[in-house]
Amino acid sequence: MPIRDTFWNIPHWAEIGQYVLGALTILVFLIGVVRRIRRWRMGKPERRSDHIGRRIGLVLTQAIGQFRTAREPFPGVMHLAIFWGMAALVVGTILATVDWDVTHLFFGFQFLTGSLYVVYELALDILGLLVVLGLGMAGYRRYVVRPERLRDMPGRPFPWEDAYVLSLLALVAVSGYLVEGLRLAVVQPSWAAWSPVGNALAGLFTSLGDPTNSSLHLAIWILHTLVAFAFIGSIPFTKLFHIVAAPLNIFYTSLRPAGELAPARSGAEPGVKTVADFTWKQRLEFEACTRCGRCQDSCPAHASGTALSPRNLMIKLDTHLWEHANGRSLHGDVVQPAELWACTSCRACVQVCPVFIDQLGAIVDMRRHLVLEGTMDSRLQDALANLGRYGNSFGQSDRARAKWTLSHPTKVKDARREPVEYLWFLGDYASYNAALAEITRKTAEVFEAAGLDFGILYESERNAGNDARRVGEEGLFEVLRDKNSAALAKCTFQAIVTTDPHSYNTLKHEYDPAVLQGKPVLHYSELLDKLLASGRLRLSKRLGYKVTYHDPCYLGRYNGVYAAPRRVIAATGCQLLEMPRHAETALCCGAGGGRIWMDESEVKERPSEMRIHEAASVEGAQVFVVACPKDVTMYQDALKTTGQEARLAVRDLIELVAEAL
Amino acid sequence: MTQDVYVVVEHLRGQVMDISYVMLAAARKLAGSTGGQVVAVLLGHNAQTLAQGLGADRVLYADDKALADFSPTAYQEVLQALLAERQPRVVLMGNTSVGADVACGVAAKLDLPLVGSCLTIGEGGNPISRICGGKIMAETELADGTVVMTMVPGGYAPEAGRSSQAASMETLTFPPVGEQRVTLRQYIEPEAGDVDIAKEAILVAVGRGIQNQDNLELAEALAQALGGVVCASRPVVDQGWLPTSRLVGKSGKAVKPKLYLALGISGAPEHMEALSGVEMLIAINMDPGAPIFESAKYGAEADLFELVPALTEKIQQAKAS
Amino acid sequence: MNIVVPVKLVPDLVEGLSVDQSGTSLDTAWMRLIISEFDDHAIEQAILLKEAGGGQVVVVAPDVEGVDDVLFTAAAKGADRLVKLDAQLGIGVDNHTLARALAGVIKDMHPDLVMTGVQAHNDLDGSVGPLLAAFLGMPYVGYIAGVSAGDGRIAVRKEYPGGLVAEMEVQTPAVLGIQAAAKPPRYVAVSKVRQAMQTAKIEPAAVGEPDPRGAPKILRLFQPEPAERATMIQGNPEQVAAKLVDVLREAGLV
Repeated sequence: MPIRDTFWNIPHWAEIGQYVLGALTILVFLIGVVRRIRRWRMGKPERRSDHIGRRIGLVLTQAIGQFRTAREPFPGVMHLAIFWGMAALVVGTILATVDWDVTHLFFGFQFLTGSLYVVYELALDILGLLVVLGLGMAGYRRYVVRPERLRDMPGRPFPWEDAYVLSLLALVAVSGYLVEGLRLAVVQPSWAAWSPVGNALAGLFTSLGDPTNSSLHLAIWILHTLVAFAFIGSIPFTKLFHIVAAPLNIFYTSLRPAGELAPARSGAEPGVKTVADFTWKQRLEFEACTRCGRCQDSCPAHASGTALSPRNLMIKLDTHLWEHANGRSLHGDVVQPAELWACTSCRACVQVCPVFIDQLGAIVDMRRHLVLEGTMDSRLQDALANLGRYGNSFGQSDRARAKWTLSHPTKVKDARREPVEYLWFLGDYASYNAALAEITRKTAEVFEAAGLDFGILYESERNAGNDARRVGEEGLFEVLRDKNSAALAKCTFQAIVTTDPHSYNTLKHEYDPAVLQGKPVLHYSELLDKLLASGRLRLSKRLGYKVTYHDPCYLGRYNGVYAAPRRVIAATGCQLLEMPRHAETALCCGAGGGRIWMDESEVKERPSEMRIHEAASVEGAQVFVVACPKDVTMYQDALKTTGQEARLAVRDLIELVAEAL
Repeated sequence: MTQDVYVVVEHLRGQVMDISYVMLAAARKLAGSTGGQVVAVLLGHNAQTLAQGLGADRVLYADDKALADFSPTAYQEVLQALLAERQPRVVLMGNTSVGADVACGVAAKLDLPLVGSCLTIGEGGNPISRICGGKIMAETELADGTVVMTMVPGGYAPEAGRSSQAASMETLTFPPVGEQRVTLRQYIEPEAGDVDIAKEAILVAVGRGIQNQDNLELAEALAQALGGVVCASRPVVDQGWLPTSRLVGKSGKAVKPKLYLALGISGAPEHMEALSGVEMLIAINMDPGAPIFESAKYGAEADLFELVPALTEKIQQAKAS
Repeated sequence: MNIVVPVKLVPDLVEGLSVDQSGTSLDTAWMRLIISEFDDHAIEQAILLKEAGGGQVVVVAPDVEGVDDVLFTAAAKGADRLVKLDAQLGIGVDNHTLARALAGVIKDMHPDLVMTGVQAHNDLDGSVGPLLAAFLGMPYVGYIAGVSAGDGRIAVRKEYPGGLVAEMEVQTPAVLGIQAAAKPPRYVAVSKVRQAMQTAKIEPAAVGEPDPRGAPKILRLFQPEPAERATMIQGNPEQVAAKLVDVLREAGLV
């Protein structure tokens, strides 16, 4: 009758030794974990315990299911193999412990017997192979393929950590199989075939004969025990800690919408000056980082050659968390202003991170301190000063905001004076930039063609504040928000429609809902989609261009609006050819996060130029369609600097619609 | 009290500044309506030769060791005494780092009427000043008594204030200038540039519109194609993107090239002051309201980042053919 | 070291200027006031000196629209005292009146240095700095781009045309006309200014009767006719470039 022959060939002293060592290991593990938890709690407070149900769901899909990790095929299979394999082995060990030390010890029976036992053996043998397979893939990836995102990491706790972890796990798995193989070689039970791997190994050992095999078995059993305990004990002291930290981090992730930036903490100084100013959740994040480097790979600032790497930033912050008074300061020694200013706030890093780290939140928090110190280049300083004084970054009078209406044939309604159905919030670029005035007028034309009752705020509109906030000038954001809110309070509208995705994002998520009077905020692509679907807007021509569409970060990644603009493109009769990186993986144009206001001298190749190259690689694409005024200027510029003007034309979505009217 | 018009000559390290001649030209116009003489006032030490070429009827020369280099307090002391004694109708001083330091002090101490930023003298003999970044002109009444006037360049050509005839010189006597509370320690030379922009015939000037240091190469390429040299307005030099030897403006050099191609320069008065000798001024600026368009011969409301490369290429083609 | 910085608010040229009905003053209907650029540099230079060698910085301004914001911003940068002259000195006041009023208030502060912008764009009767110096009986040096204080002496860098700079030594108390601070004026975060509004106090200072003696009488203000406005070349960059080459060729430059 098949039964688990626990502690076969193991002398009493070894058995006792195992239990003692096991207890010690658990002690070390707990001390390590507690030490980490205490360091997190030194951070500033933050409330994160709402919606327990949703949080548990996230842990199930993302920490256990690891959906994000699985997005990439090779690393996905690799990690899931190791994870599920190890999980199975751990569950198997727990079952074996319960079988021997609970049911057998206290109740006199074992349940790992008979068919249950052989199925158990079979399952563990196969699943254990997964671990070996996964580790093999990992070793191959890290040491043969050597992808960029796994190289050149800043200072590590000890340099051989990655090799240590991989070898340790491999040793656990291999020694486990060897122990099984040696036991089977000596005992040769009838059910040996149910442990195929062990059985195959046993075949190799039979030639050695019994006393040798038994001694080998004991020796490797001791090795296996020591290595397994070393593994458990080193979890809180190495990158293996992500086993604990990642699910916790996922559990405590922010459930607020992506477009809502965590406000600056009220109190003495907004922003993070020293590492003590980070909250416990941010500290947990730095610890949860597995150094996979996906954030670095998806970062447009990094790709364009600036000093920023979100991966390196997280690693450096984690190291700094543990430094003991060695005089290094956060700003200047650990993190340079250039790294923080290079960020475009595109959110690709946050979205791709398998353990749900908010790199962008940390960057903005540190930027808030730089703003307080005035550590910024002069162009940004001018832009902020202009925003504060004139309500737009161009330094033009607020009275000139509606000048574009003077050359428009029909009078545009003043939403401050009369009720309107749609309050059209244009944004700075659409209002002030002379090159974009034509597009703004076409937008008005399209609205009129659809018979929309719309109006604008004229001189009372101010920059919505989205980018001022991402730059870290929270006070300026509040001033702009308050001024716009005061203007909106006097208006009557059924919906707000914006030209610019940045305004869209902040109005929708960062303005007081009462100010919006409970009415929806739409991007014009969403509005056009609705109008076309309902037939209120009819297009008479089918344009037939072959186009590719660039998803703006604040419309796409931040707010999930991917389908509406594409339906509008289809409605104009254009054929859409997607770029390799589109929808969630679209590459930022590089203007966000205040970058459009900053000195670009350290940029080697601009993100917008990289994007144009990507678009040019799409066979047959003639038109590059955008849905954001800043994108129009960024890409028209990029066409020139890359010399692709003959190959592609940049058109705003509204231009296609206007042409198809 | 006389009807004479005094002009305080400005000179630095042995060279008479152009503003002195501009003032002499203005003084000639003023003296025409007051009925007096144009009198140049020269303060210095062993500096009599500087009086050569001054378009004045008479020269008053004051010599003292303390006047060897410009010192605002020493100049003030001497001029105060001189004006209290001679009481001319008008005293002209430059609205410059020399004259402006002295004029207000002298006027306030002697309780004299003061008007500044004068560009020209109107037909009625009243000063016309240019203020508010060149957007507003103010005609003020020439007050009674000795009027102190500070002048900006641009209203009169320096040539009109020069003369080949030597004017009679009177050497003044006065008590030696005492201990000064403002003293010169040393001069700091401008960085020895490889070029003297004041002597160049073709200049490509960059202003704020160039946006950052890397874009200077666009201007360099254009300058090279034209056979000229790059210079800049104050914001560019302040950032350190070009040395001060390339600065054109009130605190920099005045230039007189055949061609001055201004890229992204708005045309602030401090800059325009230095361009009165330019033969052809062409301005490229995105802002159609930029004041520089009022002084330029040709202008284009264009984005310099698009225009300059195109222009460089066309010039290279034109020169090749 | 006790440094006093008098500042002036002038019309913001971004908003455009026009002459009013009377023809002798500016139309204030659409006028917005902004701190004179060189006065902003003077504040920065004063703060830099305080940061380098300690002392106190006092900012003084006349009571006009927007002055509170200017003063609180100065406090947020590090100014210690804020003084506002009482309301008889509106916009359009001449520099003689203003300088006399300032002299009355400043002399009781016993400053070591008075720093103000070397000029303001709306100066018509000289500049406040040198007038103030005369009324205070202090020496004046202008066109300063850099001040350093050490062992009881003040060294200044005076700018002359052509890039020439003179290093001069000044005995305090003295008035300096600032052309440029050693570093460009710093940015102050809105939150810091808001904080200053809570903590800083603006002290009122009474001034006597306005005395404009010395200032000229304005006969008329007018906008200059753009005499020969530039011939504007139209078209896209290629076309403009081509026309420019023609112009240059005609002039014998190409």
